[in-house]
Amino acid sequence: MIAETGLAALWLAAGLAALQFVLMIAALRTETEVSRAMRSIAVLQGVLTLIAFAMLIIVFARSDMSVALVFENSNSAKPFIYKVAGAWGNHEGSMLMWVTILAVAGAFLGLLAHRTGERTLLAALGAQAVLALGFYAFLLFASNPFARMWPAPPDGQGLNPLLQDPGLAFHPPTLYLGYVGLSVAFSLAVGALLTGEVDSRLARAMRPWVLAAWILLTLGITAGSYWAYYELGWGGYWFWDPVENASLMPWLAATALLHSINVLAARGALKAWTMMLAVIAFSMSMVGTFLVRSGILTSVHAFAIDPQRGTFLLALLAIYVGAAFVLFAWRGAVLKEGAPFELVSRESGLVINNLILSVILGVVFVGTLYPLFVEAVSGEKLSVGAPYFNAVAGPLALLLAALVGIGPLLAWRRERRPVLKKLPIPALLGATALAITIILWPQMNMLPRVGFMIAAYLAAASLLPLIGRNPLRAPFATWGMVVAHFGIAVALLGMAANAAFTVERLAIAQPGDILSVGPWQVQLQSVVPTAGQNFTAVEAELRATRGGDIITLSPQTRYFSDPPTATNESAIRTFWNGQLYTVVGKQDVSGAWQLRLWWKPFVTLIWAGGALIALGGALALVGRRFRFSFFRRREKADWRRERYA
Amino acid sequence: MKPKNQRLVLVAVAVAALIVAALLAMWGLRSQASFFFTPADLAAGKAHDGEAIRLGGMVERGSVRHLPDGVTIRFVVTDGKSATPVSYRGIVPDLFREGSGAVAEGRLQNGTFVADTILAKHDERYMPPELGNLSAEHKAGKTLEK
Repeated sequence: MIAETGLAALWLAAGLAALQFVLMIAALRTETEVSRAMRSIAVLQGVLTLIAFAMLIIVFARSDMSVALVFENSNSAKPFIYKVAGAWGNHEGSMLMWVTILAVAGAFLGLLAHRTGERTLLAALGAQAVLALGFYAFLLFASNPFARMWPAPPDGQGLNPLLQDPGLAFHPPTLYLGYVGLSVAFSLAVGALLTGEVDSRLARAMRPWVLAAWILLTLGITAGSYWAYYELGWGGYWFWDPVENASLMPWLAATALLHSINVLAARGALKAWTMMLAVIAFSMSMVGTFLVRSGILTSVHAFAIDPQRGTFLLALLAIYVGAAFVLFAWRGAVLKEGAPFELVSRESGLVINNLILSVILGVVFVGTLYPLFVEAVSGEKLSVGAPYFNAVAGPLALLLAALVGIGPLLAWRRERRPVLKKLPIPALLGATALAITIILWPQMNMLPRVGFMIAAYLAAASLLPLIGRNPLRAPFATWGMVVAHFGIAVALLGMAANAAFTVERLAIAQPGDILSVGPWQVQLQSVVPTAGQNFTAVEAELRATRGGDIITLSPQTRYFSDPPTATNESAIRTFWNGQLYTVVGKQDVSGAWQLRLWWKPFVTLIWAGGALIALGGALALVGRRFRFSFFRRREKADWRRERYA
Repeated sequence: MKPKNQRLVLVAVAVAALIVAALLAMWGLRSQASFFFTPADLAAGKAHDGEAIRLGGMVERGSVRHLPDGVTIRFVVTDGKSATPVSYRGIVPDLFREGSGAVAEGRLQNGTFVADTILAKHDERYMPPELGNLSAEHKAGKTLEK
C-alpha cells in the first residue's frame, strides 16, 4: 500500500502541475483573478511530492523487497542510516528527490514571493509547473521508483559500498537543493521575459533564491571534494571527473548570476545579460543531471545505463533550454536599456567578473562534452582530463582571483579616485610571497608559485572594503562579500601548498619496518583482520612519529559481499599544518604489505576556504532577509550613504 | 557612453569572450585530449611515443608480474588480436584481475605502456563503456587465453 500511495501522490502532483500551467496561460491572456488559486495549487503540489518521497523512504527503511528499486539497491543487513540514504542513492530515487525539491521550491515561490509584480509571479509559477511536468513524466513513464516485483525476493542486492558513507546521506541532497534552487531563478526570468517586467524589483526577488542555491552548491561541491579525497584513497581533491564538472558548471553560472544580479538590483543595468545567466544557470543544472543520470559517462557515478532514459532526459533538456532561448531571442531585444555606467566603475568590474566566469564555464563545458560529441559523430573515443582543464581553466581562475581584490573597491556608476593606490599593502604581500618561493624553493612549478602570490595578495585585498570605516557598522552583505572573497584566498593557499609541498611515499613494508614521509616516520606494526556490520576488512596498524608527536592510524581494505566489491578506507590525521594520509594496499608473496603515505601540508585550507565562501553567502542572505535590530538603524544609514555616494 | 553604444559595447565584449573561450578550448583540446586505443591500434602505430592516451582491453591471464620493489607491476593488455605490455607503479584497484577488463591512462615509451592510472570495473555491474564490445566478445566464447 505504501508504494501505491506514493505513486498516486505523484500522479496527482503531475495533474496539478498541468492545471497550474493551463491557469498561467489563462492568467496571461485574460486578466482573470486566478493568483490565489495558483499559489494554493503550487503549495499542494509541493505537499504531494513530499508525501511521495516520504513513502519511498518508508519502503527503503522497512526493506520492502517487493519494491523493485529496494531489491536492486538495498539489503536488509545494511545499517539503518544507509537504508534511508539508499532511497536517493539510485537513479529513480534521486530523480524523485529532484522533482520533489522542484515542486517544493515552487510551493515556497507561491508562498513567499511578494516582491515581483503579480503577473510576473503567475508566469513564473506556470514556468515552474512546466519544468516539474516534464520530470513527472520522466518518473512516471521511464523511471517509476515504486514498481513492484512479484514474487518478492528474499533479500536485496545491496548498495555500491563506495556510496556507503555518511557523505552519501548529505552530499546529493545538498547538491540537488542547489541545482533545483536555480530553477526558481529560471522560472522568474522566464516569467519576467513574458511580462517584460525585468527590473530591480525582480532582481531583489530573485536574489535570495540564487544566493541560497549558490550556498548549497558551494557546500555540496566542497563536501563532494572532501568525500572523493578520503573515500577513493587517491589523495586528490578534484579529478575533473565529468560528474564533478556537472556540479561545477551550474556553480560557475550561479556565481556569475549572483554578481550580475546585484548590478540589476542596485542599478537596473545588465537586464538582458542577467536574464540570460538565469536561464543558463538552470540549464547547466539540467545538463549536469543529464550527464549523471543518462549513464552516458565512464564514471563511478553513472549507475543508470539505459539509453531510453538518456534520450528522454535529452529531449526534456532540449525542449526547456530551446524554449527559454527562443523566448529570450523574442523578448530580450525589447527590454528597456539599463542605466548607463562608465568604463571604470563597479558595474564594469562585475561585467569583467562575469566574462571571465563565462569563459571558464565555456571551456569546462566544451571539455566535458567534447568526448561525447566526437564519439557520436565519428565513433572515435577520447577522454579529456586534468591536463586540459588545469592548463585552460587554471590561469583564468588565477586572473579572476587577482581581479577579485580590485572590483569591490570601485564605486557604482563612475570611479574617479585612483583605486590602485589603495593596494600597496596587498601588492607588497603578494610580492613578498613570490620572492620567498623563488628564494626557498627555486624548483617550484609556475602555477603554485603564482597561486601563493595571488593568495597572499588577495587575503589582504579582500579585507579592504572593511578598512576606513567601522567594521561593525558595515552591512551584512559587505561582510558576506569580504568573507567569501577571503575564502577564495584561503582555498587558493591550500591548493598551492598541496601542489607544491605534498610528499608521497609508495612502498612495501613488513611488520616492524619504518617508512619516512615528509617529517614523519611511519612504522607498520601489524595487519589484522576485522569486520563491520556488512563487510570484512584487513586493518593495518600504523605508528607515526614526528619529533614528540606519536599517533596511530588504522587504514583498512574492506571487502563487501553484496555486491562483491572492495574499497580502500584511508586513515587520515589532521594537524594545524597539514594532513597525514595513509592507505594500505595488497599483500605480496613475501608477506609484505603495500603502503601509500602522503604528507600534505595545509591541504585542509582548500575545504576551509570552500566553507568560508559558503559562509560569506550565508551572511549576505541572512543580512538581507532579517535585519537584526542591533544593526538596523546604522545599517540603513550606511546603505543610504552608499547608495547616494 | 550613450545607452545605445553601451549595449553595443557589451554585446561586442560578450561575443569576444565567446570567441576567446572557443579558441582556448580548441587549443587545449588539440594538445591535451587523450584518445582511447586498443592494443591493435597501438600495433598499427596509431599513437606516438609520449602522447597522453588511454589503453583498454583484457588483462591477459598469467601475464601479471610483480617487481622486487613490491609496488610496480607489469602485465599485458590484449584485445584478442594484439597485445601491449604495461607497467604501473601504485596500488591497483581491487577489481583488477587477470582475464578481466581494464583501462589504463598513461603514455607509450619504447613499446611499453607506462600507466599513471588504472581503472578497473568498479563493481560487478559496472563496466567502462569503452570495454562494452570487448566483454561481449569475451562472453561469446572468444576468450583471450590461448
